[in-house]
This record gives sequence, C-alpha cells and structure tokens, in this order.
Amino acid sequence: MSLRPGSRAQRLLGSDHLAGWVFVLPAAVLIVTFGIVPIAWSAIMSFQANDLVSPPSWVGLANYKALLHDPAFTASVRHTLVYTVLFVPISVAGALLVAWALNRKLRGVRFYRLAVFVPVVTSTVATGIIFLWLLDPVFGLVNYFLSKLGLPEQGFLQDPNQALYCIVAMTMWGWLGFDVIIYLAALQGVPEELMEAASIDGAGKWSSFRNVVLPFLRPATLFLVVWSTISALQLFDEIYVTTRGGPLGSTTVVVFYLYQQAFQFFNGGYGAAIAYVLFLAILAITIVQLKVGSRRIYSNS
Amino acid sequence: MEAGSMLRLDRAIDLDAVPEKRPRHWPFSPWHLFLIPLSAAMLLPLVWSVVTSLETAAEAQRFPPVLVPKSLQFGNYVNAWQALPFGHFFLNSFLYSAATVAGNLLFCSLAAYAFARLKFFGSNVLFVLLLVTLMVPFQVVIIPTFLIVRHLGLIDSVGGLIVPNLCGVFGIFLLRQFFMSLPVQLEEAARIDGASRLGILFKIVLPLSAPVLATLAIIQFMWSWNDFLWPLIIITTPEHSPLQLGLSMFQGAHVTQWNLLMAGTVMSQIPMLAVFLIAQRWFIQSIAYTGIKQ
Repeated sequence: MSLRPGSRAQRLLGSDHLAGWVFVLPAAVLIVTFGIVPIAWSAIMSFQANDLVSPPSWVGLANYKALLHDPAFTASVRHTLVYTVLFVPISVAGALLVAWALNRKLRGVRFYRLAVFVPVVTSTVATGIIFLWLLDPVFGLVNYFLSKLGLPEQGFLQDPNQALYCIVAMTMWGWLGFDVIIYLAALQGVPEELMEAASIDGAGKWSSFRNVVLPFLRPATLFLVVWSTISALQLFDEIYVTTRGGPLGSTTVVVFYLYQQAFQFFNGGYGAAIAYVLFLAILAITIVQLKVGSRRIYSNS
Repeated sequence: MEAGSMLRLDRAIDLDAVPEKRPRHWPFSPWHLFLIPLSAAMLLPLVWSVVTSLETAAEAQRFPPVLVPKSLQFGNYVNAWQALPFGHFFLNSFLYSAATVAGNLLFCSLAAYAFARLKFFGSNVLFVLLLVTLMVPFQVVIIPTFLIVRHLGLIDSVGGLIVPNLCGVFGIFLLRQFFMSLPVQLEEAARIDGASRLGILFKIVLPLSAPVLATLAIIQFMWSWNDFLWPLIIITTPEHSPLQLGLSMFQGAHVTQWNLLMAGTVMSQIPMLAVFLIAQRWFIQSIAYTGIKQ
C-alpha cells in the first residue's frame, strides 16, 4: 500500500504516537494483566466470599469487620510490628557502624567486606534452613557455645518467647550486607573537604561524625529505613521455612496469615481483605516516613 | 522508588578506595577488634553448613557437636542430589531466571525508550498507572494473580513462573531514567539520516546503556533465582519446581537428616555464590545503584 506524502495516514504512521504505542504495547499488556487488573480484582475480592473455586458472592464489609474481631489477625499484626520495630532500627544503625568500619584502608578489608556481603546472595530459604540447624535446641552450634560459656541452653526457634527475636537476628544476618553496600556507596560520596574542615575546626571525632557525616548520609538512611520497613512488613519466606508461624502462633506475621487464609484455608476474600489492610498500612507508614525524613533533610541543608 | 537518582553508578563502591590513614600510635588499627569477630559471625553459618554437609549422620546428631569430621563424606552430596530431582530444580531455576532476564531487557528497553523519548497519546496516564503498580507489594495482588495464571492454564508449570515476571515496572523506571540522561544529539543525527526509531534504540541507545542493562540483568537474575513465594503458590510437582522451592521440599522430606539437608543447601547456593565471587564488583555496584535486594 502506498501513501500520498503528507496524507493523514502517512503523518500518523511516521509520528511518535504509533511508534510509542508499539514500543510500550508488550510491557503495557503484561503490566495491566499482572499488575493493574490484580490490584482492582483484589479490592473487589475483599468484599466477597471467595473460595477460589466456586462462584464468589458479595458480602460487603463483612471481611473487614471479621478482621477487627479476629484475634489471630490482631496477633499477626502485633508480631509484624514487634518484628519491624526491632529489625529496622537495629539493622540500619548496625549497618552504618559496619560501613563506617569498612570504609578505610585496613589490612584485610577486602576479606571483611566479602564476609559481610556474602549473605546478600544467600537465598532466604537457605538462610532459614541454616539457622534452623545453628539454633537447634538439641544439637545446635549456638547452644554448644552457650554451654561452653557456662550459660543455660535455650529453645530458640522452638520457644514461643524467643522465636520472633531469633527471626530478627536471622534476617539481620541476611540483610546487613545490603544495607552496608548502600551506606558504603553513600560514604564514598562524602567530600573529603567536609571531613577535613570538621577536624580543623577542632571538632572531636564523634561530633564531626554526627554533625558532618550523618547529615550527608541522611538520604541513604531515609531510603534504607523506608525500604527495610516495607520489606519487614512483608516478611514471609524465613517464617515459612523455619517456624511456619509457630510455636503457638508466636511468629505468625501478617503475610504468613494471609498465605494461610488464602492458600491453605481457601478464604480468598478474607485473604484479599488482609492484603488490602497491609497495603494501606505500608502506604501510610511510607508516606509518614518520607514526610518526616525529607523535612529533616531540608532543615539540615 | 528512584534510588538510582540518589546513589549514582559513578559513585558506587570502589573496593580499593582509601579514604583514611592508619593511626600511628597503635601497632594495628583497633577496628580489627570489631571486624574480626563480625566477619567470623557472618561467615560462621555458611562454614558450619559446609562442615555439617561433610559429616556422617551419626556425627551430625551428636552433642557436643563434632567440629571436625573424621573423614569427609562427599557422598552426602550424591545422596542429596538423588533424593529429589535437583537436576530439574537447577534447570527450572535457570529457565526462570534466563527468561525473565531476557524478557525484562527487551520489553523494559522498548517501553522505557518510548517513555523517555517519544511523545505519544496517553503516555502520561499510562506512566502514572505504572507508578501505582510500583507502590503495591506483590503480596497484595498474589491471590488474583494466582487466579489469572490459573485461567491461562499455567499453574504448576515453569511458564507460570515466567510469564507474570517478564516485564517489571522497576526495570522500566530504571532504564527510562538512564535513557533520559543520554545526550539526544546522536539520536537526532541518526533520525536525520533516516534511521527508524527501532534502529536508533538498538544501534545507538542500547549500546550506550550497557552498564544499566547489566545492572537490570543482575538484579532480575538474583531476584528470580532466589524467588520463593510465587513458586510456592503455583508449583506442586517437584519436577516443575525451581531451586528454592525444591530446597524447601527437600527440607520437608529430610527434617532431621541435617548432614543431607546441609549438603542440599550448600549445593543449591553454589552457583549464585560462584557468580558473585567472580563478578563481585558488578553485583555490588548494581545493588548500590538500584537499592534493590530481591
């Protein structure tokens, strides 16, 4: 087919409109199908009784109302919050300390860095299995060390009072290297003049760190706090592999409860309601963190 | 979202950087007193899993633990390999990772170029829609995604793993950001010479984008290789299972045989660890640039 130069069809074919849509079409189809449709569908499902097999029925707000009176859900929220409140500050502050230590010329610093980075590529499943073995109450290496130090042996992941804290320690092992990489990259962006100026002014090591380096690292810190919080609220893999929410439900976090409801008990509508509550909570927390964090960044610059 | 704008690739970690001098009054830096125990603690879980994987069943079930096995039981690895279809696990994980890397490189490049350079009808609306999906965690959409994949007849297949992950919004944003930073003059010159948009993308833009494409490939590969939740939802047959789910199945079948379990675990981590050790600099720069773990 030949087109007259300057015709409407010719202009359209040569324009960015057509090329643009052809270019984004595969991505748009995939993302609409597996991203946007599920977001809307999830919202609709949360107002349905849906066993994922038979035709769903409309139940209005019943799922959300049931959530409010479900002690297992309330407990899962509490476990998730305890986990997040411990995991985020300890891992971010710990990573800053480690990055500070690793950001200098030392004999063997490449080895130290490697040791810190290697867990980043270890899968969550492998991490879970390895810690299950390390923390085994009967044959575990950690109890052996405790007994060597004359301390009583512990139940760890099998003790309802300790299991969640063990999960915190375990996930920190897996995450530390990631946080350290981000901090090391940020630290290498601190201009040396800044560091020197601080020490010439007679500032002590701690106060130069606090007043000069820390403000410079604030964007990295904000990013890590937001990102670790989002990840902490979505904790699942390590729980599934180590405790399956036990013992006595002490490590049932929100996403694990969502998984149980949707894919073990086939309460799809209820699961979707849990998912939406989680989504709104993550959104709200992230917005607050970004607001507070960016205000601090501006007031310091 | 846009971690890349905060942490630039050119500022990513130089492993040989020398920001400080050693203090003179100590024979060695006091930092060693902190870093040696830290490194030991970080390496201990991995070292101990390797040690256990080489013990006999009797040695692994003893307290106090046997720290040095009498003889190295490499047979544990053979037994673990034969206990479950580990060959399938590796192959499925490789297919899952390779296909999603290829899909993301291609589809994200095309879409990112359109968003960066072409002014087309509806692009702003589409872009905002994509932004929205970036803020929604996967867990929120997992139930309908499961139903959609079941509709497509892809449950319990490697295809069901791959198809929903062929094009991530993250990749589009990452590449768009990079494309926009490239000088536009080269493309304009090629356009005057009559080159097509597709030709410009593949002959001019993509060759200039090798670092960011490598970053996307590394991040996506790591993500697919270590993915667990999605396979757990849709895969039931061991022969169709990728590595991490397979490892979890293996765990379920050998709960108390710690020497075999550790052999399987170590075996499953070797490929990723090897790639990391070989390409450490690339891995670290990719993570620093994108701020993404799994």
